[in-house]
This record gives sequence, C-alpha cells and structure tokens, in this order.
Amino acid sequence: MTALLEVSDLVKTFGTGEAETRVLQGLSLTLEAGEMAALLGPSGSGKSTLLTILGTLMKPTSGSYTMLGQNLVAADDRALTEFRNRHIGFVFQFHNLLPDFTALENVVFPTAVREGRETPAARARGRDLLTRMGLEDRADFASAKLSGGQKQRVAVARALMNRPELVLADEPTGNLDRASALQVMDLIAEINREEGTTFLISTHDEKIAGLCRRQIVVGDGVVTG
Amino acid sequence: MLYALKIATRYLTASKSQTSLLVLGVAVGVFIFIFMSALIGGLAEFILSRTVGDISHVTITAEDRDPAILIRLDGHVLAVTERGSARTATLAEAVTFIPLIETIPGVVAVSPQITGAGFLTRGAQVAQVSVTGLEPGRESAILDLDGYITQGSARLGSGLIVLGETLADDLSLRMGQTLRLQSSTGVSAVLTLSGIYDTGNGMIDGSSIYVGLSTARTLFGLPQGVTRIEIKLADLNAADATALRIRALTGLDAVPWTDGAEQLMEALNAQAQTGYFLKSFALITIVIGVASALLLSTYRRRPEIGIMRAMGAGRGFVIFVFVTQGALIGLMGGLSGAALGYLALLPFPSRDAFEAGTLPMDITQGSYGLAITLTVIGAILASILPARAAARVDPVTAIGQ
Repeated sequence: MTALLEVSDLVKTFGTGEAETRVLQGLSLTLEAGEMAALLGPSGSGKSTLLTILGTLMKPTSGSYTMLGQNLVAADDRALTEFRNRHIGFVFQFHNLLPDFTALENVVFPTAVREGRETPAARARGRDLLTRMGLEDRADFASAKLSGGQKQRVAVARALMNRPELVLADEPTGNLDRASALQVMDLIAEINREEGTTFLISTHDEKIAGLCRRQIVVGDGVVTG
Repeated sequence: MLYALKIATRYLTASKSQTSLLVLGVAVGVFIFIFMSALIGGLAEFILSRTVGDISHVTITAEDRDPAILIRLDGHVLAVTERGSARTATLAEAVTFIPLIETIPGVVAVSPQITGAGFLTRGAQVAQVSVTGLEPGRESAILDLDGYITQGSARLGSGLIVLGETLADDLSLRMGQTLRLQSSTGVSAVLTLSGIYDTGNGMIDGSSIYVGLSTARTLFGLPQGVTRIEIKLADLNAADATALRIRALTGLDAVPWTDGAEQLMEALNAQAQTGYFLKSFALITIVIGVASALLLSTYRRRPEIGIMRAMGAGRGFVIFVFVTQGALIGLMGGLSGAALGYLALLPFPSRDAFEAGTLPMDITQGSYGLAITLTVIGAILASILPARAAARVDPVTAIGQ
C-alpha cells in the first residue's frame, strides 16, 4: 500500500498567554490508501482536532501535513476548499444534513456545488448511493422527515458522492441505536472493501473500533498506540 | 451559478411567512416611492399648468430703440429724446417669420399681438386697462379665451371687445352694451361688449381687455407690424431650447417663459428636492429592512453554512447565495410595490383632468422602472454585509453549534 496522507510533528494550540491550551503536541501519523482505521482516545485527547486538521477545516499551529503529495499546510483557503471537495468526505455525529433539502439533494450537494448545477449524472450517482444505503424510496423525502439512522446513511452517501480518497467520520454512530450503528458500519466496511476508500473513524465505542482493521490511540495530543 | 440560485430560492421558500413579510416591507417602500413620484410629478404639472399653462411660452418683443441723442463735435451731449410711455416699439417685419416659426417642432400656436395701455369708460365710470389686440381666429391661441367665456363669445371682430367678469362687475356692464376705450396714444374707439370671461385670475379678470387686431392698430396708431408675438409650445420645458432656435433662425429677440420665472423654478426645484428626500428615505428603509432580515437569516443558518463550507462550498458561493436572496427579495418587493402603486393611482384623474381640491396624482410619473431598479440594487447592496458575514463563518465552530 502507498501512503495516502502523512502528518508529522503536528502541534495545535488554542488561546494565548496563560489561557493557551496545547491540544496536539507533536503528533505524527501515516494513513495508507484503502485503510479502515479507528481513532480512539478519551475526551479531550485531540481526536476531533486531528480530524478537523486532516479535513482541512483548520490549520495546525506547526508541523506538516501532506495528502496525495500536496502540502496542505501551505495551501490557501480557496485551494483547501477545492481539495476538500474533491478528495475528502465527512460524516459527522449529528448527520448535519441541510434541513430544507431532500435526501437526494443533500447527497448531490458536493458535486453540484463544484459543477454549479445538479447534473443528470450527479443525480443518477446520488440515487445509486441512496439505493446502496437502502434508501431508494426516501430519495425525495425532506431530510428533516427521515429517522436518525436514515439521516446518518444519507450523510454517508453524501460523503462518498465525489468518490473521495479519504472519509473522516467523527463518532458516526454515536447518536444511533445499536442496530442502526451496526448497519452504518457495515455499509462503511463494504465501501472500504469494494471501492478502496480510506476511512478514519473517531469513536469511543470499542465494538465499533473492533470492526476496523487498525486502531490508532491518541492521548495527550500524540499517538500512543 | 444556477445552483446558488436554487439554494437561495429554497431558503426563501423554506421560510414563507418571513419571506412574505420581508417582500411586503420592501413593496410598501416601493409603493411610497412610486406614490411620492406620482404626487411630486403631478403637483409640478398642476402648478405649471395653472401658472404657465395660459401664458406665452416663448415671447418675441420689439427691442426699444435707443433714445436719439444730439452730440456736439467735442462729444458733449446737447439733447436726448425722452422715452415716452405712449411710444410703442414695433416688430415691423416679424410677422413675415410667423409661417417659419409655425414649422418649428413643438410649436403649437403663434399669436401676433398689439398690446398697450388704455382707459375704459362707461358713463362716469373709468377703469385703467391693459389692451391686447388679437388676430381673429387666434383668440384662444395662448389664453384659452373660448374655455373661460361665461357670456357671449370670444370671437373678436371689428368694433367688438371681450373683457373679464370682475371688470364687467366693476363697471356694471352687460352683454351688448357699448363702451369707450381710449388708448395711451389718445385715440378713442366705441366698442360693443361681445364676451365676458372668468379665468379665476384677478389680474386678468379685472384689468385685461381683448380687441381685434385691426381695432388695436387704430387705437395705437400702428398701420403695420405688431408689438409682440406670443408662442405656445407642446412641452413648456422645451421653451429655452425653442427660444434659442427662433433667435438663431430669425434674429428676433425670443424670450422663454423661464426668464423672470426664477421664483417659480426655485419653488418647483425645492418641491422636487423634497420628493428626492422622501424617496431616499423610502429606499434607505428598504435597504435597512433587507440587511437586518438577511443578517438574521445568516445567524440562523450558521450551521448550514458551516456544512456547505465543509462539503467544499467556497466563500464566493456562500456570498452569491445570500446576495441572490437579496436580489430576489428586491425584485419581488419591487414588482409587487410597483403593481400596488399603479393600482392605487388608477382611480385618480389623469394629468389632463386635474381638478382643484383633489390630489394631482400623475400615474405616468410613477417612475416604476426606476423604483424597481433602485430597489433591486439597494437590496443587493443591503445583502452584501450579511453575505460577507456568512462567508466568514468558521465551519468548525458552526457545525459544532
């Protein structure tokens, strides 16, 4: 396997002076393409901050971050936005769908925002993804009318819409019942297996982490295991 | 940016009651703008028609010749001819230009006249009057004598006189009675009262009399020529340009009505300025309303903006979504307000039928296109601040809310 991303000596501090908090303290990590890894660690260990930096939503205070050969620390906001749109998918704990849009419109969003319109091809792929998530009959439902599990599956479909190399999932099952959580994880594992998409899943749940082939433990702002 | 338009439209339709209220607010502002435009414009038309409608828009008068002087060889002035009020300057050749003047675009009527002062005598009663000799057939060319006649006729034949109701009352005159008119040159004529008018203007009704041009020639001793030529235009705002053109074509001293009407023009300008202020306030209200509503919307939709940014929407896209919302609100409010304004102005009489005691609203001066355009521009400008605020939303903190 080849390295998809590599972070080295990553430091992230918040606040200044006496209020300064160092969340990441020289963290280094490499993710290979096609991996399905769980990110474990207690609250406040820096998991979410790491995911945010890897998702290019936040820049580190120092350290390096390269993905697909690109130096993402030096890139400007426009370049990061475009990179994020093409190469990174997100699944959040609280699904974070656009409430005034249908399930299909939510799934199609990452492509539509890049192309400037909802193309027929994008809509077709959106429907395919929803079918794969078992939601073909919910495609035109307002997202607000879906159940929690259905919303999270729509969020997974949206994360996969642009065929990203990396999907970052922050507690994707944290808000679901056990059955829905396992259903979502099965889908993630299936996509990882069939399409080779890399998943980095932050979780507190040992059982969910056990479904991943690699476990990365973060503590006090560094990788401890 | 079709997709941004779709999202903007969806946001507006998702909050129907809020959007409706916002559009209504904008529409009311546009309605006030249009109402004020029609009122100020109509009022100006009304004032002008009442003050300038019955006067000459361009007047050609004979320039008084310089008084004759007798000068000694060493330059010392020995004698100067006194300029007497009885001496009237004439436009001897000017009448030959009348056919040419009548062909100038915008000229509605041309009236050659002989004017002067005189005394009207009926028994022991005497009144000082202003005499105007008009060409038969052109009696209503400038002052609408036919329209103001209350008794008799405005036709001015030989030996006939038409005068105002106030003067008739002052001299206790009745139709068909004979009067003696003595001009300032001392010539007298006995005339028959053939018409009485009421213009509503005390000056005209109390001291102006009209006779035929031939009668005036006799009274003022002018066998040929006239003393002034009055010209009426279709558009009284074109008086300055038309006077210049007549001067260039004929070399005559053509004077527009605006010369000497500075106070009226100042009053109309002040009125127009007032209108601009009121319309500006209406626009400012629209801008503030749209800006505050969109700022509120930006705040409410912060998590969604964060999600969009996380999914790869650029700052420009977010700005476009909110500016488009502003433009759509401006367009909908502008069109609704313009339609409301037009409907509200429909019951008012047209500009040709303004009546005293009613609001002189001119439906043709509603500035509908201008109101819609300015509203859309104002709404777009108002949305820039909220749009920029939306684009600056930090996706990490917004999603975490």
